[in-house]
Amino acid sequence: MTTKLKADGRPATGTDAIDRIVIAHGGGGELTSQLLCRHVLNVLGNPTLNSLTDGAVLGAQAGSLVMTTDSFVVQPIEFPGGDIGRLAVCGTVNDLAMMGAQPIAMSLGLILEEGLSLAVLDRVVASIASAAKEAGATIVTGDTKVIERRGREGLLINTAGIGRQADGVRLGAERIVPGDAVILSGRIAEHGLAVMSRREGLAFASTLVSDVAPLNGLVAAILGTGADVKFLRDPTRGGVAGVLADISRETSWSVEVEEARIPISQTARHAAEMLGLDPLTVANEGKLLAVVAADDADKVVAVCKAHPYGADAACVGRIVATRPPLVELLTEAGGRRVVQKPYGEELPRIC
Amino acid sequence: MDDTLLRAREEIHALAGRRSAPIQVMEVCGTHTVSIFRNGIRTMVPANVRLISGPGCPVCVTAQRHIDAAIRLAQGEDVILTTYGDMLRVPGRLGSLEQQRARGADVRVVYSARGALSLAAENPSKTVVFIAIGFETTAPATAAVLVEAQQRGLENFCILAAHKRVVPAMTALLSAGEVPLDGFLCPGHVSVIIGADAYRPIVERFHRPCVVAGFEPKQILLGLLCLVRQIVLGRCELENVYGVAVTREGNRVAQSLIERVFEPADAPWRAIGDIPASGLELRPAYRRFDALRRFRIELGPDEDHPACRCGDVIQGKAAPDQCPLFGHRCNPLNPIGPCMVSSEGTCAAWYRYNRVSCAALADGQGGPEA
Repeated sequence: MTTKLKADGRPATGTDAIDRIVIAHGGGGELTSQLLCRHVLNVLGNPTLNSLTDGAVLGAQAGSLVMTTDSFVVQPIEFPGGDIGRLAVCGTVNDLAMMGAQPIAMSLGLILEEGLSLAVLDRVVASIASAAKEAGATIVTGDTKVIERRGREGLLINTAGIGRQADGVRLGAERIVPGDAVILSGRIAEHGLAVMSRREGLAFASTLVSDVAPLNGLVAAILGTGADVKFLRDPTRGGVAGVLADISRETSWSVEVEEARIPISQTARHAAEMLGLDPLTVANEGKLLAVVAADDADKVVAVCKAHPYGADAACVGRIVATRPPLVELLTEAGGRRVVQKPYGEELPRIC
Repeated sequence: MDDTLLRAREEIHALAGRRSAPIQVMEVCGTHTVSIFRNGIRTMVPANVRLISGPGCPVCVTAQRHIDAAIRLAQGEDVILTTYGDMLRVPGRLGSLEQQRARGADVRVVYSARGALSLAAENPSKTVVFIAIGFETTAPATAAVLVEAQQRGLENFCILAAHKRVVPAMTALLSAGEVPLDGFLCPGHVSVIIGADAYRPIVERFHRPCVVAGFEPKQILLGLLCLVRQIVLGRCELENVYGVAVTREGNRVAQSLIERVFEPADAPWRAIGDIPASGLELRPAYRRFDALRRFRIELGPDEDHPACRCGDVIQGKAAPDQCPLFGHRCNPLNPIGPCMVSSEGTCAAWYRYNRVSCAALADGQGGPEA
């Protein structure tokens, strides 16, 4: 199998060349070392990682540390605007960022499926390197395993990250009070729709690209204004609706959001409409939702707008004291409706 | 707010204010149902204008016997079962397709009949079964791929034929006479295919105004305005505010595709029962694409949950919160009736977007966490 197959249309390099992952790549032998040297360390290497010791020594750190982990199973593994590698770095960096922390070190666990083309692996690793560089994160330890193929080309990633929280950060839903402003950092629903546009059986032609991006720079800029920022979250799975519902549930206050102010592109709006999805429930990977004191809202929106990942930021709503605690959307048409957390995977509608 | 929208809204209020009796209008399209909820249209019309959601969600009206047949098909050897996404979670007597998939069945979500046919072409050693549901909107697409399958000799493709027709359902509702309906908001997509004139018998025979409208809030409000105006002024006409997409005679090409492949037949509607000529079955020339024939599967009985009122909800006889299961035992995480499964389903839309039911749930009467 390994000699006949071509890697993404490119001719196999020779009769004995291995251009796809085989089970033996995970055996801990010569082939494993070769895989690490030629396809991982050559791109991601740094003195700590290259030592290949059982763990990385980080040295003494001042201040509060934040630790997080996330696993990535996206299909397809490459999608418009990104791939599973960029997602794996940004997901963990963003989880740290939403805690007000900048990344110090990350781990990388690669679970490769038998049959994965090395060309795809190379692209994913390059993408990990470029996202980590952009975020200022260093991958200091890692692990690679190979599992039997489950179907299509597959690659799963786990990353963990340690970050240092900025001094004076006081983030927490318990600090939210009625009157606070709800800010979105940009146009919603683009990641989820871009991935869906390439999913098997669902593929549709679209110019949508994923928004996947590291947000630690944007968070540093927001916190740098000195604004009273009370809550930060990235609306990934479950979308903006999920985060708003969490805010209402965690605070027992209501949230009132104006549909007309929610940044969304025409393309995303139409794609969501076509699939029968509510864009508020579709995943984002490069957006954040902030709750800030009302007086600081303009300042935060302005600093977002000056940042490349916040150009379309807007204040979309506010915390209100109405009972029972609900998330309510004032629709563009002039009506009102309740926004709830989606229940699971959102299913495209029939017609 | 948009001027047209504002004017339509004001005029509806002014007209409805001239009548004390409730004005009951039924929409017979799931997309209308969702759009009405998603845009908060109910909060924009006066209290005496009642919007009733009719049997318009294709998933919700699919009989349990067809869900059960789909599950048995999914269990077949070398079968790839393809389905529109919202069928996955619909519970039948034998569980749901989602559960079958978790147990190892090859169940795949497709966005179109064409997607299913492509899978058949790519997997010659498998049999690809497509669950063909939906109204006249999706039926032409199913017909088109069957014509193509026949021409290309793709014998490993077949369908579970469960398409439905809108007008016979409306006729059945009015014939039963149990729901006091003053008029119909007629679906945009379906009407693109069947044409506005298809509703003329409803207007002439049953004396109910029919207005065809699209799915944007402005279209829906304009449609409602026309209906309320006719009802208040005692008129009964067929109107079309979606002229940009819907003609009087509809899409002849699509109609002839349906006629070439299918013929009208009596069909079972979930929780309603058989409605004459309300379904589409394969004509003899296409019967070899009938999955039930190919796999020798007989349709079984329907055993709906005794307390589930989906049938009444679909027929406009009950609002979702009048069902004893609504919200606590039946919710989107654990749907018992089909109306809770599809995002187009009245119960799901009601649960998701309606303030009243939400407030009740928040008051401790249950909810997804309960």
